[in-house]
Amino acid sequence: MISARLTVNDEEREIAFWPSDTLLFVLRERLGLTGAKPGCLNGDCGACTVNVNGTAMKSCLMLAVEGMNQTIRTIEGLKDSPIQHAFIEHFAFQCGYCTPGFIMNINSLLKKHPNADDSTIKEFLSSNICRCTGYQEIEKAVKSLLKINREDKAGLPNDE
Amino acid sequence: MGLIGKSVFRKEAWEKVTGTARYTADYPATDSLHAKIVVSPYAHAVIKSIHIAKAKEVFGVRAVITGEHFPLTGEEIRDRPVLAKNKVRHHGEAVALVVADTPQQAKRAAELIEVEYEQLPVVHSPTEALKPNAPLVHEQLGSYKKEDRVYPEPGTNVANRTKIRKGSMERGWNLSEVVVEERFSFSPSDHAAMETRCSTAEIHPDGNVYIMTSSQAPFMVKRLIHDYFGVDIGKIVVETPLVGGAYGGKASIQLELLAFIASIAVGGRKVRILNIREQDMLTSPCHIGLDATVKLGSTRDGKIQAAELLFLFDGGAYSDKGADLNRAAAVDCTGPYDIDHVWCDSLCVYTNHPYAAPFRGFSHSELLFTVERTMDVLADKLGMDRLQLRYINAIRPGDTTPTQVKLNKSNVGNLPECIVRLKKMIDWDMGMIQDLGNDKLRVKGVSCIWKTSTIESDAGSGVTLSFNPDGSINLISGVIEIGTGTKTILAQILAERLKMDIRMVHVQMKVNTQSTPEHWKTVASRGTFMAGRAVLAAAEDLIEQLKSIASCVLRVQAADLEVGYGKVFLRDEPETHLDIKDVAYGYVYPNGNGIGGQIIGRGHYNLRRLTYLDKETGAGKPGPEWSVGAQAVEIEYDKKHLTYRIVRAFSAVDIGTVLNEKAARGQVMGAMSMGLAFGGRETFVFDEWGRVLNPQLRTYRPLRYGEHPEYHVEFVVTPQLDAAYGARGAGEHGLMGMPAALGNALSLAAGVKLNELPLIPEQIWKMKQKEGHSHASL
Ligand code: FES
Ligand code: FES
Repeated sequence: MISARLTVNDEEREIAFWPSDTLLFVLRERLGLTGAKPGCLNGDCGACTVNVNGTAMKSCLMLAVEGMNQTIRTIEGLKDSPIQHAFIEHFAFQCGYCTPGFIMNINSLLKKHPNADDSTIKEFLSSNICRCTGYQEIEKAVKSLLKINREDKAGLPNDE
Repeated sequence: MGLIGKSVFRKEAWEKVTGTARYTADYPATDSLHAKIVVSPYAHAVIKSIHIAKAKEVFGVRAVITGEHFPLTGEEIRDRPVLAKNKVRHHGEAVALVVADTPQQAKRAAELIEVEYEQLPVVHSPTEALKPNAPLVHEQLGSYKKEDRVYPEPGTNVANRTKIRKGSMERGWNLSEVVVEERFSFSPSDHAAMETRCSTAEIHPDGNVYIMTSSQAPFMVKRLIHDYFGVDIGKIVVETPLVGGAYGGKASIQLELLAFIASIAVGGRKVRILNIREQDMLTSPCHIGLDATVKLGSTRDGKIQAAELLFLFDGGAYSDKGADLNRAAAVDCTGPYDIDHVWCDSLCVYTNHPYAAPFRGFSHSELLFTVERTMDVLADKLGMDRLQLRYINAIRPGDTTPTQVKLNKSNVGNLPECIVRLKKMIDWDMGMIQDLGNDKLRVKGVSCIWKTSTIESDAGSGVTLSFNPDGSINLISGVIEIGTGTKTILAQILAERLKMDIRMVHVQMKVNTQSTPEHWKTVASRGTFMAGRAVLAAAEDLIEQLKSIASCVLRVQAADLEVGYGKVFLRDEPETHLDIKDVAYGYVYPNGNGIGGQIIGRGHYNLRRLTYLDKETGAGKPGPEWSVGAQAVEIEYDKKHLTYRIVRAFSAVDIGTVLNEKAARGQVMGAMSMGLAFGGRETFVFDEWGRVLNPQLRTYRPLRYGEHPEYHVEFVVTPQLDAAYGARGAGEHGLMGMPAALGNALSLAAGVKLNELPLIPEQIWKMKQKEGHSHASL
């Protein structure tokens, strides 16, 4: 076991874990942040997506130790954001299991590409699976957030 | 209040977008041990020995369990050991269980268990299973306990056979001037819900059993643990929080039993099992496969006279719900058409494949693929427009179903209208094929759907409502929130009935079998129908109680009062009223006297006048109503590479009154997406030993973002008189016609009959090769 500090959702937390523990495991089992979900533990589904320094990362593919000295944001660290509103308004989820992963992925996408074109959106979002919706609702939610489509043109939380 | 049809947001919406929504594996497990399953690497093999000594030595291991002394389980036929005993019957079957302090320790120990096997010949398909010398998957079939209306055939691999005999086949064929016959086949696949199954179990010193599980059927878990293990039914408490997708796959009871025996082995301590993806696909039950032959006969002007259908469902190693799926397929075997002379044998057959759970549509997308593909073949042979053939034969009020139920305007939707609507949506009159040049074609394919629910004939649902001091209401129903939004729709129904603000309805998402009234199972698109009726009944109960208290206070007869808009008021003099919040907890007179107390309403609904099916003819009434629809896909086909892209997908479905427009659209589109994935690409790939080669989401590929077509959904509204505000089931129908519509479009595009799934380019290439060869040899 090692004891280390991780910066998650703007808080510095001190925790003990094994060097072999994945970030997903530590977030869920040590920090009680269960928003990131296990879906495959293999990088295939994206349910475990979080942001590390503003980049969408699959937390099942990353060791917790690799998260030291980085800025980690999970779905729990996103409060009242436009993406969350858009997901609700566009019915972009049903069972909701894939939702935290999609939202964190989109959070990173829009930060990096506020006016992302279709192929960039596809490049980002094709790494996540939603089994309930037909994706059309997710597409609408994302596109409603592109800067060109928004009235306020305001930015999204920035961890870069 | 005008809440019917409104796209009210989900009650649990904010929970789900903030990560606070909890699914089974999200509950803290600090007080829990963890179990890992050791599974069979073979599809059919004798277990010679199991060595557990090394596993037991691993630090943190508390128990290692193998299969000797557990009862056989199974909902229709008790054919399945909780852990394999003597032999394994499918790849991924649970053979042993390790319980340890941490999941990592349990995994390490599981890897150290050595099982010696001797391989047996493998039964690869239901067709093979029925050959005279096929190996038997269950030698003891005759000795198993079973439900009354399942008909296994000992000495064979037949787990169940349902027969439909309607009219006279001799007469049917005599009347037929044109006859077509097609064969179909596809392997099992998976639900692939994003949440893998998870169960915890603990047994307290007083004998109470507590289970938490990601299930569509917690009340069934309770019943079956009682049935299998003899625990007093009242001592079993099953909890189900939000479920991360289910699609039928979580209606089977499997992982709960493993968690339960694991807890027994460690003296009742809490044990959690969380499936890894591979085991969720192989060890837990999957989506059924099918081999089928469909023969249709019609007059030259397109009136279908006879249908002969043979369905051989690939139930896999154990019958579970497979023996119910084959029955449901028999019930609607003709597709949504009026046919007087019908012969159908629908079988659930044992093979050495992973076994089947229900799958969204409960065997209908499967049977409709075969019937709707054959309809196109018939239309072509008749030289008739494909939608016209369907329109002529479409099921209508006054017709009878294969099980001889007489239909009326309320119990069957309006299929002809759906077809007309679809025709417009897809510009059918512009033609089915458009040449885009560059070896590209745009091609349309169509299909029609119908379904009733073949569920327990007396299935029921209960609801309780209780007031809060502010006049808001807690709504508690046994429906599981698996993503369909049913609980929000129940809130809409309640708010509409009481003419109140929907924000004043608080819905309990979690189900606890001790405190939540029973809802049979959250399956078969029956949640809104049954629980909706229960909500209305419970609302009446509230209203009566409110009136009774108010009638004392206002010194009027209860019959003169009305309830709504947060008030109990005098019908002809609404100014004379009480606020509901002043009565909800009883009323206190100015002098301190109190009457009544917290008002609690209860309501119940049971399916009625449904009957069992006759063993020889299938006659009987299996479900309350039939939903219908017409669907289409439009593809862009590349003639050179035999690849294609799904451009648009269409549904015109009759789901009765639409209670929540956007939620209903979401259900239909999501189901369509799943149907396209099932038809287009999803299948287990088996090797010659019956092992599944692709139990991972990178080799088993559901649709991803960007691969989705444009969806177009329209509703035809034929209210079901019996349902709350006339709503029919909506959760499954979008899926049912998609594989067939895709198959029809591609067969037309490629110029070959594509009767096997999934419809991947390789499949098209194979069929082209075959055609080429047969032409060459002519
Ligand atoms: S759990 Fe990380 S990608 Fe699936
Ligand atoms: S909402 Fe269920 S998987 Fe996306």
